[in-house]
Amino acid sequence: QSTLVLAEHNNGKLNPVTLSAITAAQKVGGTVSCLVAGTKCGSIVEQLSKATGITKILVAENANLHGLLPEPLAPLIVATQQQFGFTHILAGASAFGKTVLPRVAALLDVSPISDVTAITNSDTFVRTIYAGNAVLTLKSNDGVKVITIRPTSFPAAPMGDVIASSEASTQTVNSSPNSEFIGQELTKSDRPELSSAKVVVSGGRGLKSGENFELLYKLADKMGAAVGASRAAVDAGFVSNDLQVGQTGKILAPELYIAVGISGAIQHLAGMKDSKTIVAINKDPEAPIFQVADIGLVADLFAAVPELTEKIGKK
Amino acid sequence: MSLRILVGVKRVIDYAVKIRVKPDKSGVITEGVKHSMNPFDEIAIEEAVRMKEKKIAKEIVAFSCGPAQCQETLRTALAMGADRGIHVEVAGPQYETLQPLHISKMLAKLAKDEQIDIIIVGKQAIDDDCNQTAQMTAALLDWPQATSASKIEAKDGSLQVVREIDGGLETIKVKLPTVVSADLRLNEPRYATLPNIMKAKKKPIKKLTPKDLGVDVSPRIQIVTVEEPPVRLAGAKVENVDMVVEKLKALGHA
Repeated sequence: QSTLVLAEHNNGKLNPVTLSAITAAQKVGGTVSCLVAGTKCGSIVEQLSKATGITKILVAENANLHGLLPEPLAPLIVATQQQFGFTHILAGASAFGKTVLPRVAALLDVSPISDVTAITNSDTFVRTIYAGNAVLTLKSNDGVKVITIRPTSFPAAPMGDVIASSEASTQTVNSSPNSEFIGQELTKSDRPELSSAKVVVSGGRGLKSGENFELLYKLADKMGAAVGASRAAVDAGFVSNDLQVGQTGKILAPELYIAVGISGAIQHLAGMKDSKTIVAINKDPEAPIFQVADIGLVADLFAAVPELTEKIGKK
Repeated sequence: MSLRILVGVKRVIDYAVKIRVKPDKSGVITEGVKHSMNPFDEIAIEEAVRMKEKKIAKEIVAFSCGPAQCQETLRTALAMGADRGIHVEVAGPQYETLQPLHISKMLAKLAKDEQIDIIIVGKQAIDDDCNQTAQMTAALLDWPQATSASKIEAKDGSLQVVREIDGGLETIKVKLPTVVSADLRLNEPRYATLPNIMKAKKKPIKKLTPKDLGVDVSPRIQIVTVEEPPVRLAGAKVENVDMVVEKLKALGHA
């Protein structure tokens, strides 16, 4: 077995999902190599080279990879697989991994496996279906396995002292005449990033308006937490979609998740039920969120949240 | 512009139904369970219909693959504004191991046969949660892809598409022909009106087999087990905020 892990980065910073993918790759067995593709790879290779468990880093630095569009990137990955005969290709199940890897799989005529939560052996994988309401274990019949892994299901590979060797890719990268990268607009926030935050305060339809999310921002800032939201709150227009926690949004596993005014729809639970500790504040004692909460408080959030904000952190 | 649009619509268990796993762990119970169109595919159809209303598109072909009941899903698409339907019938054990790769091959073949300019599908189906079909169809056709679209503007033989990515939005431009997948914020799908539901009954649905399209549907995966997710044990409810603070302190969070 030999696995190629596609590194995810923004030409400056390595995305930690890559380190989770390296851990997953080790469960496949065999050697693990990484592909760093982009327009500025130097610092990424430097960051990645200390990760334990990888034997080689392939570097494809090319102006045609501007914006890391899937059209030039997928053929590069396929050519790299064919050059070295990798049996597995892995990436994080992030927006980037989901964009690129299915395209790679189709070019290889294999059926990709999305959002894997556990690896049983080199051809048997576990993933959730129906928004986490059923768990599927499947065996792949394909020659090359193309897999995205759920980052919260695999810990990050630790950084060690051994420096993995890196070499320039010998593959050519063709420009993509039919697609063009125009730009990215990332939401700026002083709070921690939602996907990697240790504490998350999340609001639902019970907040009643976008303005009322201010209550949650105050609590979050006191706790150094990120702010999330249920799909119901996003659909109601209270907050933007990038805050959405759930099967169709972000899947989190923080140390502490505080759900405020969230009833606990199935698709929301799929995004947060792996949190270590769950606190729920909701005025409806029958809300399904209480079935997963470690600490449940039946109360009016408009009184309880300010009180919690005031009392937390006091000796 | 007078574009031809192909939209993929999948019949799935309705989003509001509680999923139950079969006792023999071979799958989930589908018999006697309410099904409807995959919600992301409703958004895909809606976007195509809006393009037709804006005279960007001239024809919308809806495609569905699965058992006979997929015809109902196609009727919904026709009632929302699609012009005609194509049903590729696959049922029984073959349907259980059908993967997005197989569907992509059908879509790619149909795109060529029907001289399609834009394929629109939902970003993922709410049953298998794969999020693969658009990307793979684009690869097979060697067309550009614009996945998780939240805004689409057609101009000069291209689409400018705003995509949902982690932590924000990305804007790309893709030349036609192209494949798009619809995300939640792209639009709000309309409800089919009664007169349109009646009209949809008269619109044609062509029935095909995978063989007609030259697509081999042999399984690429074996289902080992389908199980209930592990149940998380709920803790106790507490009486007041002070008790929440106390418990959080004990856990080192306050």
